[in-house]
Amino acid sequence: MRFCRKKAMDKTQMAAMLRDMLRARAFEEAAAQAYAQGHIAGFLHLYPGEEAVAVGVLHAAEPGDYVVSTYREHVHALVRGIPARQIMAELHGKKTGISGGMGGSMHLFDKDRRFLGGYAIVGETFPIALGAGYAVAYRKLPEAVLCFFGDGAVNQGTFHESLNMAALWKLPIFFICENNHYQIGTEIHRHSAITEVYKRACAYGIPAEKADGMNVIAVHEAAERALERIRAGDGPQFLELETYRYRGHSMADSGSYRPNAELNAYQANDPIAAAVHEAEYPYPGIEAVAAASANSVTRFADHCCQEGHLDDATVERMRREIQEEVADAVTFAEQSAAPDMEDAWKAFHRNRRFETLMEVAR
Amino acid sequence: MSEMFYWQALNRAMDAEMAADETVLTLGEDVGLYGGTYRVTEGLMAKYGEWRVRDTPISENSFTGLGVGAAMLGLRPVVEIMTINFALFAMDAIVNMAAKIPFMSGGQFPMPLTIRMPGGVAKQLGAQHSQRLEHMLMNVPGLRMVVPATPQDAYWQLRQAIRSDDPVIVLEHELLYFSKGRVDEMVPAPPIHQAVVRRRGRDITCVAYSRMLPLALQAAETLAAEGIELTVIDLRSLSPIDWNTCITAVEQTHRCLIVEEDCRFAGAGAEFAATLQEHCFYLLDAPIRRVAGMDIPTPFNGTLEAASIPRADDIVQAARQMMARKEAAR
Repeated sequence: MRFCRKKAMDKTQMAAMLRDMLRARAFEEAAAQAYAQGHIAGFLHLYPGEEAVAVGVLHAAEPGDYVVSTYREHVHALVRGIPARQIMAELHGKKTGISGGMGGSMHLFDKDRRFLGGYAIVGETFPIALGAGYAVAYRKLPEAVLCFFGDGAVNQGTFHESLNMAALWKLPIFFICENNHYQIGTEIHRHSAITEVYKRACAYGIPAEKADGMNVIAVHEAAERALERIRAGDGPQFLELETYRYRGHSMADSGSYRPNAELNAYQANDPIAAAVHEAEYPYPGIEAVAAASANSVTRFADHCCQEGHLDDATVERMRREIQEEVADAVTFAEQSAAPDMEDAWKAFHRNRRFETLMEVAR
Repeated sequence: MSEMFYWQALNRAMDAEMAADETVLTLGEDVGLYGGTYRVTEGLMAKYGEWRVRDTPISENSFTGLGVGAAMLGLRPVVEIMTINFALFAMDAIVNMAAKIPFMSGGQFPMPLTIRMPGGVAKQLGAQHSQRLEHMLMNVPGLRMVVPATPQDAYWQLRQAIRSDDPVIVLEHELLYFSKGRVDEMVPAPPIHQAVVRRRGRDITCVAYSRMLPLALQAAETLAAEGIELTVIDLRSLSPIDWNTCITAVEQTHRCLIVEEDCRFAGAGAEFAATLQEHCFYLLDAPIRRVAGMDIPTPFNGTLEAASIPRADDIVQAARQMMARKEAAR
């Protein structure tokens, strides 16, 4: 697969996105392994296959933006900059986890990185993003709120309620639908009357676009366009990204309800393989050079300056570094102390001030 | 100090907090131009503008959730839900979000959110508009809930709720909005969850809250004429509950009568009775008794409606029976 792009992307950005996609895949596979070994318990919803979505979108965002995510959010957290160690430790329920072991896989929160949480009830990300967007608009700040959700969430009442209010008050919210075609085991044609999710946004007058969620550059470009419009004061934007999860809904689900042909088709269109292919500069053969006109050669040279320029060795080095990072995260998680009940009460009471007296009214 | 309606006291509290802190805002159905169905937000939109006094569509789940999200970013939203009956649509925002986020985030996110709503049985509004759901919210760790019975407490507790970094439910009562009382805005408030002894007597400790408080006080007057003296406790807060005040009183009277408008089965009073007997069992001269709402959807018919919830006379009868047992035992 070739990427088609409207503008050139600089080498560092391309490399950074590729690195994050590889990190995402490696992190999730390590989590699956830890789960299989019994080190991680509970629900574990993994992301392989959908990497281009989180990476493409989050690389278009600013550090000042807020992110609201679902229960399949490890990768959003990772790409947002939460250290792999702290995410892996949270998956293990350890005290060193990003939520102190009180949240778990589905509830990663990081106030400093404006990561407003993973939510385990389908459809909750809409009102949270609505409130965050309201607070940003209230303070007249140039920030945006990124709201992730799946195709299954759009039939919840909160989807319609929140899109209505976001549009009504022109809130700076970027609605991002990760359409992986399945709400657990029910395929989209069996759960939605309108299967092209982006069309639903027009009911609220929200500009909507659909992009290939298996293509990181297409995702990135669409996200940049939407964020530009939000920052220009155009109000909420909607982006549907068609993607696919290679695994079942969670580790408890084999995903056996999906036809093999479908899975194979999407695996053949693996977003990471595609990104690697793109990032590794394909040197032209003699015929290609001979066939090119002088102008083409110039253009090609420009292209080379602007594009990835990664070679096999670089990608391999990247993979090795990532393996080390992920292995380190797993070791850290395994060796970290578990929280005790004292820690739980501390987390519970952290913001509780049993106010004694209120000062005399001002 | 001045005499005012309960709704006016709430209005004064809103105004005072909004003037003092520009992160305070309010939202809900008809809170702006209309001024609030019970006039609590009257005049605020003209004074503070629509970003701070926001009329919302009829979308309880999402606008309550909006309050949660805004609180995560440091605002202090006061969400008005027109009545507690509509809060059932917002239970996800209240129970799964507001009550859980501070804890699930390991304490990273405070939740300075206030949710105001009236509950209880009013006058012939039918079963869907006459519910007492406090027991549901009491059972949710992470929430606080206050139940002011007087204009003074309405004033104090709403201000304290807004200043709290915990989510606080301010459960008002439809029949209290037009009750009158003195409000002193200059006196420091007692702690938000502290119970108050409204009357002292030697025979029975009567534990009440919200609209049951005036009924309990009325019954206490009647009983005093017969020589039965009630201590009347106004709980003021249902989560947390100030057990010390209750236990101390029951230890002195050796009898406890709970008055609640909530339905009897698994209602708020069941918790009071269970906890008080754990602490006071060996000091009790009689079983703890409950005067409570009937376990039936509220009938529309006015006579039946009145009969389905406690009346002052029911409290009088129950107290007499508790004392008669004492006489019989002799």
